[in-house]
Amino acid sequence: MAASLRGSTAIVGVGTAGVGQAPGYTHLELLAQASAKALAEAGLALKDVDGLFTSTLVNFFPTLTIGEYLGIRPKIAGGTNLGGASFVDHVMAATLALNAGLCNAALICYGSNAKSGSGKHTTMADQPPYEAPYEPRMPITAYALAAARHMHQYGTTRRHLAEVAVAARKWAQLTPEASERGPLTIDEVLAARMISDPLTLRDCCLVSDGAGAVVMVRAERARDLRQKPVYFLGGAAAQWHRQISAMPDLTVSAAAESGPRAFAMAKLKPDDVDVVQLYDAFTINVLLFLEDLGFCKKGESGDFVTNGGIAPGGRLPVNTNGGGLSYCHPGMYGIFLLTEATRQLRGEADAARQVTGAEVALCHGNGGTLSSQVTAIFGTEAAM
Amino acid sequence: MTTDEVGPDATFREYLKQGRFMIQKCGSCKAFVFYPRLLCTSCGALDLKWQDADGGGVVYSTTVVRRKAEQGGDYNVAVIELAEGPRLMSKVVDTPPAEVTIGMPVRADIEQTANGSLLVFRKGA
Repeated sequence: MAASLRGSTAIVGVGTAGVGQAPGYTHLELLAQASAKALAEAGLALKDVDGLFTSTLVNFFPTLTIGEYLGIRPKIAGGTNLGGASFVDHVMAATLALNAGLCNAALICYGSNAKSGSGKHTTMADQPPYEAPYEPRMPITAYALAAARHMHQYGTTRRHLAEVAVAARKWAQLTPEASERGPLTIDEVLAARMISDPLTLRDCCLVSDGAGAVVMVRAERARDLRQKPVYFLGGAAAQWHRQISAMPDLTVSAAAESGPRAFAMAKLKPDDVDVVQLYDAFTINVLLFLEDLGFCKKGESGDFVTNGGIAPGGRLPVNTNGGGLSYCHPGMYGIFLLTEATRQLRGEADAARQVTGAEVALCHGNGGTLSSQVTAIFGTEAAM
Repeated sequence: MTTDEVGPDATFREYLKQGRFMIQKCGSCKAFVFYPRLLCTSCGALDLKWQDADGGGVVYSTTVVRRKAEQGGDYNVAVIELAEGPRLMSKVVDTPPAEVTIGMPVRADIEQTANGSLLVFRKGA
């Protein structure tokens, strides 16, 4: 039944704005800039948008606030908040709404001024009561506990984690829009200030400003619009816990469930994927997701990333814009998984980072403390 | 106080205040549950019963949260696997934070703090 969604919708416009630093702008102003760019690319107008999918870390009623700001009256709106994975989840919600005829053009959007603004997120008010008294420094401590367990169980090293940060930086150096493009070595990651062992400052994502937007329509309409359509081929969400102490196994995320379900819908396997966007809030995320999504065996991600395995020229192009570690991470990063996958599949990424002949892209969103896991697979006409 | 007057969360905290670490066991499928809940997360039965926890456990994972000395210095945060099976977040006290290791046997203790009673663990079986 779920297979009928394969190829039924497509991304027809993407936009980004204020990536890195945008002092003097509110999160809504940045979001509006990105949305206007995405719609202009698609050749659509705001008045055409009748499906709105969005979430923020600062609005209690995100779809209401953003709908009003943009001056739109959506027929359907979704504000599911899964943390950073939200926007990949919104792709699925938009696909369902488009297929059901509840809307004809869906806007998925996000904006934040986490760096230049107050930096305070409303989510921090809701800390799990059985964890909070121990003063974990969230979310870093949660990911540190997962990293420590992975190291204990599989012999993963801090050097393996550092490989992920250095690979991200090398991709960012090929991405003019990325906010951190200076040189970074494995030794510098290892020598960086420790925050929550074994994670240093350089194992952690950036705190940035930034906004992104994606426009989706049904596949048959996509073919009549301006851009080369980027088709939705498969997607799945999974959640096994909220707080880190309730994670069933600190070395296996729910990506081990969302990945296979998404691949089944797409009728594809990991070997078919040309370019991968993984939510890298912390370096350990990338190791876990490479394993859980089937790009390597459990426990072998350290070897997989060694010697630039996921850096430019490596065995698998991962996070080709520099990811949350070096491109930008404005509180929630998920929307940028989609914008970068789209640019890669259109063949429009800056020349130096464009993956040659990319036909299939995988986006994997993560939220909370390894809590929500959402996988979406996209392809060009050739992948249909 | 009887355990019937308030919900499981308040009941657990009241026990802790009395110096008792209690855990719930499902009367239907016999699974242990932590944190305290209204229903069994293994089988869904509304038949959770309180019993004294064994108190033993092992460190399942651990981290040192780095903090400036003037703000109190580094401290431990750990995930403990209880003898009964469930895991919880806590801290290992009386051991330097960096010397807490995965697999280390620990035993539960209750600290009375300004913010109430707190379940902590000490090194040793």
